[in-house]
Amino acid sequence: MRFARIWFLAAVLALSVPPARAETALLNVSYDPTREFYKEFNTAFAAHWKRAGGDAVRVTMSHGGSGRQSRAVIDGLEADVVTLALGYDIDAIADIRKSLPADWQTRQPNASAPYTSTIVFLVRKGNPKGIRDWGDLAKPGIGVITPNPKTSGGARWNFLAAWAWAEDSFARDDAKVRDYMAALFRNVPVLDTGARGATTTFVRRGLGDVLLSWENEAYLAQQELGRDQFEIVVPSMSILAQPPVALIDANADKHGTRKVAEAYLDYLYAPEGQRLAAKHFYRPIHPEFADPADARRFPKLKLVTLQERFGDWRATQARFFTDGAIFDQIFAKR
Amino acid sequence: MFARAASPRVIPGFGPTLGFTLAYLSLVVLLPLAMIPLKALGLSGAEVLAIVTDARTLHAIGLSFGAALAAAAVNAVLGTLLAWVLVRYDFPARRLVDALIDLPFALPTAVAGISLAALYAPNGWIGERLAPLGLKVAYTPLGIVVALIFVGLPFVVRTVEPVLEALDAEVEEAAATLGASWFAGFRRVVLPLIGPAVLTGFAMALARGIGEYGSVIFIAGNLPMVSEIAPLLIAIRLEEYNDAAAAMIALLMLAAAFALLLTINLLQAWARRRIGG
Amino acid sequence: MTLLAPRRSPLVGESATTRRVLLALALAAIGLFLLLPLATVFAEALSKGWGAYFEGLADPDARAAIRLTLLVAAISVAVNFAFGIAAAWAVTKFDFPGKSLLVTFIDLPFSVSPVIAGLIYVLLFGAHGLIGPWLIAHGVEVIFAVPGIVLATVFVTLPFVARELIPTMEMLGRGDEEVARTLGASGWQIFFRVTLPNVKWAALYGVLLCNARAMGEFGAVSVVSGHLRGQTDTMPLHIEILYNEYNFVAAFAVASLLALMALFTLALKSALEAVTENPGR
Repeated sequence: MRFARIWFLAAVLALSVPPARAETALLNVSYDPTREFYKEFNTAFAAHWKRAGGDAVRVTMSHGGSGRQSRAVIDGLEADVVTLALGYDIDAIADIRKSLPADWQTRQPNASAPYTSTIVFLVRKGNPKGIRDWGDLAKPGIGVITPNPKTSGGARWNFLAAWAWAEDSFARDDAKVRDYMAALFRNVPVLDTGARGATTTFVRRGLGDVLLSWENEAYLAQQELGRDQFEIVVPSMSILAQPPVALIDANADKHGTRKVAEAYLDYLYAPEGQRLAAKHFYRPIHPEFADPADARRFPKLKLVTLQERFGDWRATQARFFTDGAIFDQIFAKR
Repeated sequence: MFARAASPRVIPGFGPTLGFTLAYLSLVVLLPLAMIPLKALGLSGAEVLAIVTDARTLHAIGLSFGAALAAAAVNAVLGTLLAWVLVRYDFPARRLVDALIDLPFALPTAVAGISLAALYAPNGWIGERLAPLGLKVAYTPLGIVVALIFVGLPFVVRTVEPVLEALDAEVEEAAATLGASWFAGFRRVVLPLIGPAVLTGFAMALARGIGEYGSVIFIAGNLPMVSEIAPLLIAIRLEEYNDAAAAMIALLMLAAAFALLLTINLLQAWARRRIGG
Repeated sequence: MTLLAPRRSPLVGESATTRRVLLALALAAIGLFLLLPLATVFAEALSKGWGAYFEGLADPDARAAIRLTLLVAAISVAVNFAFGIAAAWAVTKFDFPGKSLLVTFIDLPFSVSPVIAGLIYVLLFGAHGLIGPWLIAHGVEVIFAVPGIVLATVFVTLPFVARELIPTMEMLGRGDEEVARTLGASGWQIFFRVTLPNVKWAALYGVLLCNARAMGEFGAVSVVSGHLRGQTDTMPLHIEILYNEYNFVAAFAVASLLALMALFTLALKSALEAVTENPGR
């Protein structure tokens, strides 16, 4: 018991450090690979807001797999804004929690995606297995690393990009497309729960020959974990990944932060927000605001959009990723 | 023991301590856990049947049980050995080693998982030595067993140690009369005495292993129908907003864990009565 | 003390060779399963030198995580210690029907998956939970705030003290307490003068394990935390965050600190035992 008392005293002492002074607090609930971007963006926004005559703003971040984060907001995590990996995760908040309108995606420009990305391949130095395009991923003896589409937003984009390529290559023959997908997933030795976990498995654990990755995540991994060890391979086509942002009206109104939260989202579309997005390897929707050196890094490739190929996220989720849908069928067949 | 004979309660405090125990347990354990059957009740009979006969669910539950069983078996042998050596031999740093046994209780499971994955991955310190032998540990069901061995290691050691400490002269004499090899003496005299403790430790390691999550997901590979454990499947069902299915799988695991623990406690109570009475 | 001398007269006279083999096997197992993972943690933490190591620990978010972890552990240990004493007293000093059932419920949190432990609090206190909406309407935050983290930790660490005390008090029987009672001692006097001195090592050991587990709990806390940096991040969660930011040195630095705190308390307990004449637990 004396022990308990000592710990308790220690804890009380430690906690008596004065808390932060009064300021506007904003909670941004986001997905995994945006950590570095929002770290810098939040500082820039705080400075901008102060210049515009506002209070000091402190933005708290919460990062995790996009699905888990959406689930947390539904369960009561009081996010003022969410910046997630795909529209479906925000649709779910609107549908289940009803804390923002169902047509949230029309409230900001470009379907509420201030930056976009795509799916590319990260391979080991020199590309020893000669992986050039989606077709190579299904060949025997290739190890493909992707997170689990059930838990990772990025993995859903991976899946849809491969599916779109297969549709084009096999003249939309459904059986052939499914065979290709099954062969691809036969080559997957690990399904991590999130994009970051998959990157770590590929880079640090040395598993697999190719990582299917967000473009921004691939560049970041190369920069952080060894430019001389990995190469980015751009496939012949890919999908335009649109990670959307939204104000959670009910929470922002409860906190009295609607004005600053709206300004926060608007600033993502402003020149500075766009410049920072490009700096962190996201494709800005206004490339003219990006640092020319940053803008040049993005390779040109054919990108299909979710809208033109698969429809909206609610339909796509039901067709491919719910329990017993196409992903489960393919995985059972592999 | 004569306490059993003295039927009127001499020692005070029955009401308050039992009352507090029951109230606290209800509030902290029973009420929250009641949410699981409550949620699962929302399912129709057909839905329940679909979940409990789903191949993937069954595989995940089977894997969680199988891996936990294998790990607990390894720990039963390893734990007995460690307890024997720690209690009976003197060697430098014995107390340090003894303290180290509890490390798996203390290290966050995620850290354990990351460390084990780093060690057993094909490019890890152990993994690269096993690879030439054609042995893959990380990202296979074997990796799950390794993680669960780590997590469950302290249980058997800690249940067997006090019993070995308490073995007394009578046992020694009995063993001496047997003469023969130490192993025969160990098997015929010591093992029966520490058997219940080994079994208790085994069952606790098993119960803990079935539900383990943090250390396993980093090393398992997480492939459905191959290396996907039941707790991960629960997490996935939750992210699909399918709370009822998650609760149903959780209910199956809870029932199994409860049955397992109840068996141990009844066994122990029975053993106590047999020895004490 | 010579190497490999038996600590007590041999029960079953194994030869010196057998002793060496057994000891070698035991140490190899410890090395393989315990020391190597621990060494990995320290090797990673120190891979960029001591400067980077301390930088990782000095970060304000890391300090906030350490403070939160200590607070959560202190509360969990205090309430579960009180519970452990009461439960052990009720279970070992009296006979009543359903005792095995009660003990099983005490054990249950051991074997409940951390995922389920988190899930039940979401189902109870979440915005769509049983009493969550009412609490939220009254401005009480449980989940994704410190109370939720405390609750989940209390749940997970509930059995430790009781589990250590029950077998020890069972073994000691009721004779001493009954004699003390007939001599006119009150309940509290019996507990503090008779029972507690006999079970102090078991109680201390239970507290240490409870504390270690409370500081290290990951799975259950992860579900109810919300992962707000500097606010609802405990040390294990902060380790995950740092790891996911490719900040491996800082991640393992915090992990090594956690391991050191646990090892220190455990070694302290061993040392205390060694200096007293009563080495039994």
